[in-house]
Amino acid sequence: MIWWAVYTGGLINRDLLPSPITTISKTVSQILSGALNEDFNSTLWRVACSIAIAVVAGVPIGIVLGAKASVYRSVEFLIDFFRSTPATAMFPLFLLLFGLGDAAKIAVAAFAAWLVIVFNVAYGVLNARRTRILAAQSMGASLPMIFFDVIFFETLPQIFVGLRNAVSIALVVIIVAEMFIGATDGLGHRIIDAQISYELPDMYGSILVAGAMGYGLNLLILLLESRLVHWSGR
Amino acid sequence: MASIHAFRNAPAPGEPSTGRRRAGKLAIRGLSKSFGGSVVYDDFNLELPLGSFISIFGPNGCGKSTLINMISGLAPMDAGDALYDGRTTRETKISYVFQNYREALFPWMRAIDNIEYPLKVMGTPKAERRRRVEAVVAEFDVKFDLAAYPYALSGGQQQTISILRALVTEPEVLFLDEPFSALDYEMTLLMRQQLQKIFMKRRITTLLVSHDLEEAIELAEKLVLLTRRPTRVAEIVDVDLPWPRDSLVTTSEAFIALKRRCLETFWREVKAAP
Ligand SMILES: Nc1ncnc2c1ncn2[C@@H]1O[C@H](COP(=O)(O)OP(=O)(O)OP(=O)(O)O)[C@@H](O)[C@H]1O
Ligand SMILES: [Mg+2]
Repeated sequence: MIWWAVYTGGLINRDLLPSPITTISKTVSQILSGALNEDFNSTLWRVACSIAIAVVAGVPIGIVLGAKASVYRSVEFLIDFFRSTPATAMFPLFLLLFGLGDAAKIAVAAFAAWLVIVFNVAYGVLNARRTRILAAQSMGASLPMIFFDVIFFETLPQIFVGLRNAVSIALVVIIVAEMFIGATDGLGHRIIDAQISYELPDMYGSILVAGAMGYGLNLLILLLESRLVHWSGR
Repeated sequence: MASIHAFRNAPAPGEPSTGRRRAGKLAIRGLSKSFGGSVVYDDFNLELPLGSFISIFGPNGCGKSTLINMISGLAPMDAGDALYDGRTTRETKISYVFQNYREALFPWMRAIDNIEYPLKVMGTPKAERRRRVEAVVAEFDVKFDLAAYPYALSGGQQQTISILRALVTEPEVLFLDEPFSALDYEMTLLMRQQLQKIFMKRRITTLLVSHDLEEAIELAEKLVLLTRRPTRVAEIVDVDLPWPRDSLVTTSEAFIALKRRCLETFWREVKAAP
């Protein structure tokens, strides 16, 4: 709407801001013709890989760290420090470690997502209600049982908070990586390509598609959460 | 199932048996507990018969919860011990019912799976678990849907689930910390009846903390009255009223006289200079 108003009002140079109708119709036709598929899929694939790595490596570590307040305190500074460091600042380091290919992009995104997940899971475990843990203890449950049967579920809502944040961060990192570190495909690459060749409707369209991907992923996780954490808030 | 019955208290050969009651005693000796310098218990001693229903009543914050948490093994003692017929808490099969059923049940499990869970913890095989859950459910004539999740049930139903979950393991000692205080009056009365039925049937050693003197007397064979902190036993009152404790009993002369006597002790202790 704002876009439309700005465009028709001529507030911004029309060379910089194409008509929303042109943009959308062009984008839709590209989606329909499948021209966007490859870039969309490779970005989605990279995000999915990095999130998978972050979850598999992050949830157990978060649970272990959160289990003892003293352990968490001892690494809290490190986690907070790296969480505050822009992940994109670490591209050069990861390029050295993983080379120019997909591995580096996925690794940076996975690392940034992993930090968010570890932090959220540890926080969730630290603040888990004591009563259910006590209840399991009173039944004689072993430590692993308490972790898998009680603390894990108790932390699940917080795991989802972490997951949603992790997905948005991973998407940002992947898009930026596709723009600037030797990608031949992906939405980020498409955006920067369109900018260089001054294909503005194409650029805006790709931005919109990237946004839609982020929104869609978020929605998917929310849906999964409401199915899986059916007890939350009740 | 050997693990459950192994600790059953068969009287040792040569020892006199007292019928179906356990002959043993719960002995709490030299118990001390402080929280950051404020003393709750200091060299506290208490001896109670096993196999009876024991109510614990005392002023707010005197340490009733702390006491049953310590002797049920949920919280550490600073000093002292609690022995059940000579056995430690770990060697005794114990179940605990929490006041706050909302926070004690597992909302990610259906009601029936909540009841089954302690058996899973004990490593009972699946078929046997199902059988025992069905048995305990049938025994207490549960009328609501056990496939529901706890949050979909009423407070009384949730606390019933908690109690069934505690009973399914056939504990030797059952602890309840103000189990009905979050329920409305009608539900509380019903649950008291339910608890009486359980006790009359199974004669499990039951320790009930209550902030309601009427309830404490109604359900007790022995009523422990505690003082203010540092907490001592003010009096152990024998409640020799017939079972079941129906409204005829709870409005009888004897009941009212007992209540008066307990109140006198209570006021004396509350008003006594610390
Ligand atoms: N974990 C704890 N840390 C510090 N103080 C505690 C802790 N638990 C209990 N206390 C204190 O010890 C005292 C006894 O507490 P407890 O909960 O056992 O009392 P209670 O008799 O059960 O009280 P209520 O009638 O409120 O249930 C209280 O003064 C309480 O503030
Ligand atoms: Mg209490």
